[in-house]
Amino acid sequence: MTQHSKPNDKKERIGVYVCHCGSNIAGTVDVENVSHWAGEELKDRGVVVSRDYKFMCSSLGQELIEQDIKEQGLTRVVVAACSPHLHEKTFRTATERGGLNPYLCELCSIREQVSWVHTDKAAATEKSKAVISGAVERVIHNEPLEPLHVPIHEATMVVGGGIAGIQAALEIADAGHPVYMVEREPSIGGHMAQFDKTFPTLDCAACILTPRMVSVGTHPNIHLLTWSEVTRVDGYVGNFTVTIRKKARFINEELCTGCGICQEKCPKKVIDEVYEAGLGYRKAVYTPFPQAVPKYPVIDKPNCTYFQKGTCKACEKFCPTGAIDFTQEDEVITVEVGNIILATGYELFDPRRVTQYGYGRLANVFSSLEFERLSNAAGPTDGNIVLRDGVTVPKAVGIIHCVGSRDRNFNNYCSVICCMQGLKFAHLVKERTGATVYNFYIDMRTAYKAYDEFYQRVLEEGTLFVRGKVAEVTDAARLPGEEGKLIIQVEDTLVGKQRRIPVDMVVLSAALEPRKDADDVAKMFGISCSADGWFIEKHPKLDPVATMTEGIFIAGCVQGPKDIPTSVAQGAAASARVLGRIEQGEIALEPVRASINEEMCSGCRICNDLCPFNAILFHEDRMVSEINPALCQGCGTCVAACPAGAISGTGFSNEQILAQIEGLLLLNMVHPTMAVPA
Amino acid sequence: MTDTETFEPIIIGFTCNWCSYRAADLAGTARVKYAPNVRLIRLMCSGRLDPTFVLKALSGGADGVMITGCHPGECHYLEQNYKALRRYMLLKRTLAQLGIEPGRVKLVWASAAEGVHLAAEITKLVEEIRALGPLNWPTAGDGTFPGELGVEMNTHEEVAA
Repeated sequence: MTQHSKPNDKKERIGVYVCHCGSNIAGTVDVENVSHWAGEELKDRGVVVSRDYKFMCSSLGQELIEQDIKEQGLTRVVVAACSPHLHEKTFRTATERGGLNPYLCELCSIREQVSWVHTDKAAATEKSKAVISGAVERVIHNEPLEPLHVPIHEATMVVGGGIAGIQAALEIADAGHPVYMVEREPSIGGHMAQFDKTFPTLDCAACILTPRMVSVGTHPNIHLLTWSEVTRVDGYVGNFTVTIRKKARFINEELCTGCGICQEKCPKKVIDEVYEAGLGYRKAVYTPFPQAVPKYPVIDKPNCTYFQKGTCKACEKFCPTGAIDFTQEDEVITVEVGNIILATGYELFDPRRVTQYGYGRLANVFSSLEFERLSNAAGPTDGNIVLRDGVTVPKAVGIIHCVGSRDRNFNNYCSVICCMQGLKFAHLVKERTGATVYNFYIDMRTAYKAYDEFYQRVLEEGTLFVRGKVAEVTDAARLPGEEGKLIIQVEDTLVGKQRRIPVDMVVLSAALEPRKDADDVAKMFGISCSADGWFIEKHPKLDPVATMTEGIFIAGCVQGPKDIPTSVAQGAAASARVLGRIEQGEIALEPVRASINEEMCSGCRICNDLCPFNAILFHEDRMVSEINPALCQGCGTCVAACPAGAISGTGFSNEQILAQIEGLLLLNMVHPTMAVPA
Repeated sequence: MTDTETFEPIIIGFTCNWCSYRAADLAGTARVKYAPNVRLIRLMCSGRLDPTFVLKALSGGADGVMITGCHPGECHYLEQNYKALRRYMLLKRTLAQLGIEPGRVKLVWASAAEGVHLAAEITKLVEEIRALGPLNWPTAGDGTFPGELGVEMNTHEEVAA
């Protein structure tokens, strides 16, 4: 008789399969020993077969399982290999092919949680035995389950109207499915709309972007919601209900023709901090730029003279179609969508934080976004690269890389685009001013197609490269020739000497950072952020646009810094994932759900308030609670709380967990051979 | 076994499918090393943790228990980790009343990105439990609780029968 309190009276026939994973597991765990041990010591617990194999996930490994199910009449399968998050599906499918319900297979991790994290082979081997013992006890209590099939709503929501979001929206809309695009600013376009040229081909950003923007604005399948923000997300994959606050534009979109007379006549000038990066002005009624989509302007309430002082209404007076409506109020709308793509982009690192570079204190130190506007033909200087005074053409320009990136004080990560951006700036300065250009870099990173060729081109154009992290930018002249200049103090690490390089203009290639509200957005959509604040993808290599939450996808810089081609590729990738879902029409969900045994429910209602998804209904007439399986997400909090033990959590039942505890502690052994306190 | 120098504690760890279990996976992928004394159980959420599971583990031979979940405000199920926190606070008091050092049970928040943090917390807890020594909770070692506690958990079949 075993010491186990609840004998395996169901007489299950269990197969145990231990994977070598090449040397990944076998290098630290004595796999043959473990497999032999399970076959011998767990015999009383129903283990009838125990095998080890080089790669269980290979087709031959999977066939082993299928064969044993058929030939040995297995009723349960335990695979000891990698994490369930990697291969649970593989082995469940193999189990199903063998003729068993897939949920009667249990995968336990002896790779991520044993062989890769421990070095002592004896201890790792013993731990593997305990882990397998736990899985064997648990699998006895596994029940055959059927996945839940959920219909997928045809519409998709794309949040963020930058290039990644635009690409995603167009792909889905072109395939014939409805898309809601939500953008916080008055126009779509994102950061790309602010740029002049794009590296390495030097295409004009507006020339390639605006046709796409127009396509979004006029597409019959795209419902564009600009000047709008998502405030609430309810539901689950296939059936999201999204609440959106459409901020008051104070413009009647039905009547407005986008003629721009209101902007001309508005007497209030405001510094444009967003689109012009603080270098230019806009009016209180404005479209961010001439090619804005949609064409309707917005009235900036905090800066509008009428709203602040009660008189003015110049725009209303001159509007030829009477489209100005000061009484408009924020509108709250809800839409039903099946999938959501988040493409909310990045924010530029505030270079003021690197105080020694003098941004905000020294007039002629510019941020990269300011330089983009300065060099843009449609920008505040008509594309003339000049100093802050607006007239002087610089004779020498220093471009500093890695401002806020690859710096322990700010962000450890590389912002990816800054090297190429610095090269692009160098080229533009050379081309337009003939000035001497210095690039101060830590490492030049010009990977990807045609990037290194561009680097060579800029080298040949005569841009000077200094390898070293700039210590300081100062206007305190010490040497002759430094008066009136900005002096860049740097250690040239290739020469091994300190240098002071006088220039007229400094451009800081600032880091890309997550949006300030990334945490709130992640919470609202039920996904997670990394420690840096970028949204976490489902798998860093194999599933870069999906998230851990079904139905929520990410594209572009929300996932991490990236250039335009990669953002576009991600937008398209996310849309492909969504289109696959829409085509299938439904999705099979894990049947991990809670259910209430009405016989045992006392009607105490403790569970009712615990459920965050309002999935538990109380029937007043019968005085019992009931769980709606479509709303239940399977967290199991109610299961743990029920004083009557009336709630059962499918896939994670009390029986399964209690048995697994016993197994892990080897209480199921006839002769405890391992460290169990007597 | 009782010699603290050779004493290797056994710790049962309860992990959340969305954060700490993934943190454990990440620790593996990144080859972060930690003490082999912890054996993990995957739950869907720290909110699933019935305090009875902890008592079961301690009575069954575990010297310590680690409960892990998403950071406050980051629960995959919105706020269930707060419920885990409440139960943990109550459980600590109950353990003290049973004469068990509350330090044997520890709640750790670990996001899916915090493999290094989780590994460090595991190694730290192993050392803390090692310092406390073996638990040796009076039990027959058969997984049942001493009769007077009467907290043996009924299975659904038993109750229904």
